[in-house]
Amino acid sequence: MSGDTSIGYAVEMLGITKRFGTVLANDRIEMKIAAGTIHGVVGENGAGKSTLMSILYGFYQADEGEIRLQGKPVQIRSSTEAIAQGVGMVHQHFMLVEPLSALENILLGAEDGWLLAKARQKAEVRLKTLMQTHHLPVDLHKLVEAMPVGEQQRLEILKALFRRARILILDEPTGVLTPQEAAQLFTILRELRAQGVTVVLITHKLQEIMDVTDNVTVMRAGRVVAQRRTQDTSREELAELMIGRPVLLQVDKGSKPAADSAVRLAVKNLRYHDARGVERLKGLDFELRAGEILGIAGVSGNGQTELLAVLAGLLKPSAGELQLNTLGQQRRFDAKQWLPASELRAFGCGHVPEDRLGEGVIKNFSMQESAVLGFHQDAELGGWAWLSPKRIRERTLRLIEAFDVRPVLPSLRTADMSGGNQQKLVIAREMARQPEVLLVGQPTRGVDLGAIERIYRELIKARDAGAAILLVSVELEEIFALTDRVMVMNCGAITGIVETAQSSAKDIGMLMTQEKAAA
Amino acid sequence: MSEAASSLPAPVPKPKPITNKMPWWMNGLAIPGVQLLLALAVASLVVLGVGESPFATLKVMLVGALDPQAGLSSTLYYATSLIFTGLAVTVAFHAGLFNIGGEGQAYVAGLGVALACLWLDGTLSAPLMFLVAVFTAMLFGAAWALLPGYLQARRGAHVVVTTIMFNYIAAGLLNYMLANVIRSQEGMAIETRPFKEAALLPKAQPWLQSMGIEVGPSYLNLSLLVALICVGLVWWLLWYTRLGYALRTYGQNPRAAKYAGMSAATMIVTAMLISGALAGLMAVNDVYGAQGRLVLNYTGGMGFLGIAVALMGRNHPLGVLASALLFGALYQGSTDLQLEFPRISPELILVIQGLVVFFAAALDRLVRDPMERWYLQRQLKRAAR
Repeated sequence: MSGDTSIGYAVEMLGITKRFGTVLANDRIEMKIAAGTIHGVVGENGAGKSTLMSILYGFYQADEGEIRLQGKPVQIRSSTEAIAQGVGMVHQHFMLVEPLSALENILLGAEDGWLLAKARQKAEVRLKTLMQTHHLPVDLHKLVEAMPVGEQQRLEILKALFRRARILILDEPTGVLTPQEAAQLFTILRELRAQGVTVVLITHKLQEIMDVTDNVTVMRAGRVVAQRRTQDTSREELAELMIGRPVLLQVDKGSKPAADSAVRLAVKNLRYHDARGVERLKGLDFELRAGEILGIAGVSGNGQTELLAVLAGLLKPSAGELQLNTLGQQRRFDAKQWLPASELRAFGCGHVPEDRLGEGVIKNFSMQESAVLGFHQDAELGGWAWLSPKRIRERTLRLIEAFDVRPVLPSLRTADMSGGNQQKLVIAREMARQPEVLLVGQPTRGVDLGAIERIYRELIKARDAGAAILLVSVELEEIFALTDRVMVMNCGAITGIVETAQSSAKDIGMLMTQEKAAA
Repeated sequence: MSEAASSLPAPVPKPKPITNKMPWWMNGLAIPGVQLLLALAVASLVVLGVGESPFATLKVMLVGALDPQAGLSSTLYYATSLIFTGLAVTVAFHAGLFNIGGEGQAYVAGLGVALACLWLDGTLSAPLMFLVAVFTAMLFGAAWALLPGYLQARRGAHVVVTTIMFNYIAAGLLNYMLANVIRSQEGMAIETRPFKEAALLPKAQPWLQSMGIEVGPSYLNLSLLVALICVGLVWWLLWYTRLGYALRTYGQNPRAAKYAGMSAATMIVTAMLISGALAGLMAVNDVYGAQGRLVLNYTGGMGFLGIAVALMGRNHPLGVLASALLFGALYQGSTDLQLEFPRISPELILVIQGLVVFFAAALDRLVRDPMERWYLQRQLKRAAR
């Protein structure tokens, strides 16, 4: 098949090599993407997918190698040149100006002349045809900030098509979508393929690859390790290719805890207003029991982040009550006398923050310094005023051993560790004391598969040992793999709390978009 | 497709992490050395433009600054003040704060030392008076940094702005106090009366002479030892104490500090207090140790120069020590320059200082990037072999 030259290739990347300093990000990459297909690119974080696509889109220049579009060698030195060559990109974080309308966003940089009114009229006509032929409904006069994410994404695609993109790159497009919105997106992608557009889909969700692509390229450690026809491969094979060994995608959860186990954390009528006075949490009530993992699902930005921060003492709520039943004591906090962040760990709680690099570790600290963040007052680590580097090192080595953190080099700068290992370090740190309550935010965001497996197993182990775990995740797969119960949030309110075993992705997807609590 | 898959390169093990970290001799010696040479090269052009020989002037400066029989002890005296003010900037910097108020903090500390000495120099012996001077200098310096720290912690008023304003307030306050309250009744100069000899420690020169070491006369005094102790203490504080850990955490990432349960307000105020106390110690070197009285504008810009010292020293206590010696030598070397070369005005030294700051701090990357690239290329070549 591959020898068949009658197939036209939309993109050929031949011997692409890119170095950053001493790091080889792309090593002699060979990738051929047939015209009019949906082509998946998978790989762990740091495998070089983003670098490669950035080279195709003109953000970086390759050190070596050649790019051919439609068989012709091209030089792409900037995104402007990429667009001129018919390459469009939809970034993971949308590149839209929120206070402008959809039409204005599309015209931005493609005004075609001095007079806006004329350009607008001309554009609208063309956009209407584009929307019809590609089934991409977008309200052109709506402000972007008033659009749901799904529509914003359609707008991004429309923007690329308006610039006459024949090759469309989508970087992790489903991260912010509900399952229903994702299914809609895939329909659109199939439509685009039918119209002859070549789609490159970068993702780490293997199910999506299986569902929608024609061919798939697997990358690992800066190299292409396999190229397959999707129909000839399986999720399991792709996962194995990605990390170089077989992986368990499902973790054995074991039995569900008894319903009458102790309530470790109870929240009543919790409300939070942000600095602008917008109510982000609208009167939440729930309980978290010993020996269970309660998942908090929802499209990101619906109050999960705020809930976690309030429970960790990082934000003060405007109303509500929190009961902590840890270390054999009942503690009660209300909005006036909220739990101080400095006391959280003293009360037997652990907190794995959502934003690992922003809160969980210090990039410029050594691994061992990051390993005691939040514990610098521990008596065991030194004297009354001083810290003993030797004892910090010993503790770090214990954490490294417990969670198989790599490399075993406590003096390494935290920023030079991979995301997965940073995360393992944070979770190891927060779990080292067997906390009775563990708050966990996005434990596997930006983490490679091997580390995910490890983190899942450790979380289940902690649960079985009696920890009460609150897990915030935007990955439905993760919610299903780990939790006993799921609490779904939308617009700052709880829209439902369900037993994981008795729910489907569709049920939860429905709750994610539901307006007000039914339960 | 299957042939294509098999012709692809075989899976490789993950490469072991290569860091772009530079060894100590690159950061500590090679890079600042080249930056200093560049600064001197450009300064030589200025000297040439004035019509003097760069080599002759450099020689005069070096001899003037480093001859143990003559200028070396003055170099060390200036370096002492710069160590204090440089460390002050360093401590604040590690907590993410830019304390530009060293000048004012040192000036107010001078007032504290003068008040203590004027009050107690009849009753206390020299060693006790010295301890009181150290204590009051730290107290007054810290007090002058407290309010800017508090304003940032509670009201969000940036310390860069408030400390600059506090420099002006300090200058005004001191001018008033010196002119109207504590001015000596004798003489024309705006200064306090000299403190009593019995309360002052002898300078370094007679001590060293009694040990058989011949040095030139200078203001050098015991404060140099205090400064060296402070270098060690600041190092210890920043990297070996719980407080230092918290300060650095806050300086690196305030959100992570909050996550770790540290209070931002406490961190800001504590860092400013320590910083102010260090800057204040300059008064021990100058007001108590050297002059034996408080004179108008005694700080003479040493507080500001501390910023350059900290920048050049890359905010490391040892770096501060080295760059304080360098700037001390430049300062001292320039005095001889004026005597030997009438065509060179005292402002030339400001040009050289400016060039050093320019190349070492402002244009740091100009030298650092190519040198780091060169080093990495060399490593890569070595690894390939």
